[in-house]
Amino acid sequence: MDRELTCVECPMGCAILVTIRDGEIVSIGGNNCARGKLYAQNEVFTPKRVVTSTVKLEGGGMLPVKTDRPVDKDKIFEVMAVINSLIVAAPVKVGEVVASDVCGANIISAKEVL
Amino acid sequence: MKNYDIIIIGGGPAGLAAAISAYDNGSRDILILEREPVLGGILNQCIHNGFGLTRFKESLTGPEYAYRFVEEVRSRGIEYMCDTTVLEVSTDKQVTAINSTKGVFSLSAKAIILAMGCRERSRGALNIAGARPAGIYSAGTAQKYVNILGQMPGKRVVILGSGDIGLIMARRMTLEGAKVLAVCEIMPHSSGLKRNIVQCLDDYGIPLYLSHTIVKIEGKDRVSGVYIAQVDEKRRPIEGTEKYFECDTVLFSVGLIPENELSKGAGVSLSPATKGPIVYDDRETSVSGIFACGNVLHVHDLVDFVSEEAEIAGVSASNYAMGKGADRRVVSTTCGNNVSYVLPQMLDTNASGMVKLYFRVNKVLPNPTIRLTSNGEDIVVKKKKIAVPGEMESIVLTPAKLQSISGDVVVSVEE
Repeated sequence: MDRELTCVECPMGCAILVTIRDGEIVSIGGNNCARGKLYAQNEVFTPKRVVTSTVKLEGGGMLPVKTDRPVDKDKIFEVMAVINSLIVAAPVKVGEVVASDVCGANIISAKEVL
Repeated sequence: MKNYDIIIIGGGPAGLAAAISAYDNGSRDILILEREPVLGGILNQCIHNGFGLTRFKESLTGPEYAYRFVEEVRSRGIEYMCDTTVLEVSTDKQVTAINSTKGVFSLSAKAIILAMGCRERSRGALNIAGARPAGIYSAGTAQKYVNILGQMPGKRVVILGSGDIGLIMARRMTLEGAKVLAVCEIMPHSSGLKRNIVQCLDDYGIPLYLSHTIVKIEGKDRVSGVYIAQVDEKRRPIEGTEKYFECDTVLFSVGLIPENELSKGAGVSLSPATKGPIVYDDRETSVSGIFACGNVLHVHDLVDFVSEEAEIAGVSASNYAMGKGADRRVVSTTCGNNVSYVLPQMLDTNASGMVKLYFRVNKVLPNPTIRLTSNGEDIVVKKKKIAVPGEMESIVLTPAKLQSISGDVVVSVEE
């Protein structure tokens, strides 16, 4: 069974062909970089995505956040449930962890609020 | 009236990068005018990732990408004024602006950089039949509601147009609990990036209806549903193909238009193809000392390219303000087969550095040959795997190539 994928790592959107024999990847082609190869490896068995969203700021306003690494695709709504339960107090820096170990990733701030 | 060397109109990605490059070229007397309360422009509401892969080799969110430039502006001590709307720019480079502390005031500059970005096309531009109820938004407005204001515009959504903002909002609304019923695209191909089809629609099982459009919106006070229909090759709805979706929200993601009201007022000539100023390769417009960069000039797919272009404008404006004029030998660039626009429209073949020509194709072309000719002579020929209208193409010209250009340049793409 072979899989044809569109890489989502960058806007080039390479068409990647993954050749699979007996449940093992035997070759990956069509990608132009190492990110694409890693994406294809994950995508075949355990697809992963970085989740980006917003959390409430204490006293009003929204803080953009993201997972610091890709999480399993089927855990995205679990991650969203945690994100939507958070309220963060300023000050907060870019990259600061606002919730740790959520489905194997940390939720980090994408914005500085003084 | 206060005078600056350089006034930059717009503190989004283009204005910020232009300011930094002008400063690094030696200019110190620079002012950025920004309409919103904070710098960063539209990046502030683009909370998804994928920005900066070309420039920083990592995948940043919009606010993170903006932050890097805002920090660079702050560390250089470049002056900026937020909450300030520019009302008018004149041909002799006077700027009239307004804010709540100074009222209406005027400034002048040796050089001006237009970096106002673009606007979304609205429902009005499409002439869609039906009622005028609440619940109809442009995708960017919905994005601001969700990401900046923390308010959901609706629960059951149909999106018209498969531009990237529409696709991003399909995912965003889904993550926040809404049901996105359909994305309709009038063209037989998506106008957004393929990766966004995969990660925003396919990941969440959201159907994309190609060659479909909304033919009627229903609802009295609030949208109650829409009819979509398939269209023929002339984009006319085909009778009998209508489908009904019960929904409370319709989002339009039907293209962006460079925002050039100020440019027009300054007497800057605009291109009907890009809807932005006609520029030289150094991004100077038809008005001496007025430069333009970013989405006000032409709509870019990637912010990385906006930053790159803005740096050209920043250096050029800085040189102009310091009295370093360019001795140009100008040829014009024109569209050949399958090309919808080429930018810059005017090329200085005496340019001492590399010049990058951007262009777009007007249809999907597999295995295309890109050809740049002058007086029937090939200057650059290159092959690609695929060219699509949604992705900007480019050709780099070295000074040697530029010198070999004998007349006006034609860019064409053949299957």
